[in-house]
Amino acid sequence: MADLTPEEQKRRRSRSIAIALALAGLVALFYILTIAKMGPQVLQRAI
Amino acid sequence: MTSITDTFAPATDARYSPGEVGDFVALLKPRVMFLVVFTALVGMTVVHNAVSPVIAAIALLCIAVGGGASGALNMWWDRDIDAVMTRTARRPIPAGRVEAGEALAFGLTLSVGSVIVLGLATNWLAAALLAFTIFFYAVIYSMWLKRSTPQNIVIGGAAGALPPMVADAAVTGTLGIESLVLFAIIFLWTPPHFWALALVKSGDYARAGVPMLPNVAGPDATRLQIWLYTLVLVPVGVLPAVLGFGGAAYAVVSVVSGLGMLALAWRVYRVRTGDAAMKSAQQLFGFSILYLFLLFAVLLAESALGLRLALPVLG
Repeated sequence: MADLTPEEQKRRRSRSIAIALALAGLVALFYILTIAKMGPQVLQRAI
Repeated sequence: MTSITDTFAPATDARYSPGEVGDFVALLKPRVMFLVVFTALVGMTVVHNAVSPVIAAIALLCIAVGGGASGALNMWWDRDIDAVMTRTARRPIPAGRVEAGEALAFGLTLSVGSVIVLGLATNWLAAALLAFTIFFYAVIYSMWLKRSTPQNIVIGGAAGALPPMVADAAVTGTLGIESLVLFAIIFLWTPPHFWALALVKSGDYARAGVPMLPNVAGPDATRLQIWLYTLVLVPVGVLPAVLGFGGAAYAVVSVVSGLGMLALAWRVYRVRTGDAAMKSAQQLFGFSILYLFLLFAVLLAESALGLRLALPVLG
């Protein structure tokens, strides 16, 4: 891959961080959604 | 004969996107997104909310992302005409900061994601309505109506008017008269609002080949249409008070600001030449934003603060 300038590297890094944050947000969203939809019962199951 | 380096080097360069995070945020049309979230929030608060605040917040997020996604799809499709209009030439795609394919993938991913999450979080009626809203804005309005008929923003306005109905469906599982009235207000508000802008920016639209009403039917016919739509809009704007989901404060604000809309629309109709004509169109455009904001803000405040004081006469 062609060498990126420091500015391009900085932009790519900030985009990567934004994608990571969006994915983490999605994980949190589905966790919260599951708890909100199913309530505490989600934890009460046979081991 | 081309070497392997020659073959791959340009492709690698082309694949590198110079876009910043802010450019992708701009693809979502944040100001439109704010309006979508705001009207959807009001759509939620004026009805009997049957879901938890957490679910309602997730629904609002999905509606916001879906609205943003349709904005990205619109920018992807309109990149050619955006490039020739001064108002839109600095958008990420015509400015060369985001590739068209990236915007398309971004818009499609967010569209599908927002619809699925809304369906899982609330119900599939709301999800179907959100999908329809995105489809209506991206395909019916952007791809079809915008470049083919001067009635583009009349019919296309339905897409911008749907968020309160999506929100209503999300928190109640059905559709009520309240969100239908909110739909009607935004739907009737859209033509005077955008035609006032089109009167000022008619050169821009003509250059881009977009058949806005002033370019096709002429400024005078547009002024008449603005006046007629405003005549219908203002009584519909008072309907929430008549139907009882807007209180006394809403009744006063909707009547007073409605009279302001009528006065400005009448001036646009009467003053047809020179700088005064441009100025009155600009004033109507600016005031129309304030008008819609006021109506929805008062409804929100009355619902949130429990200030909905039913009018004795109107019940």
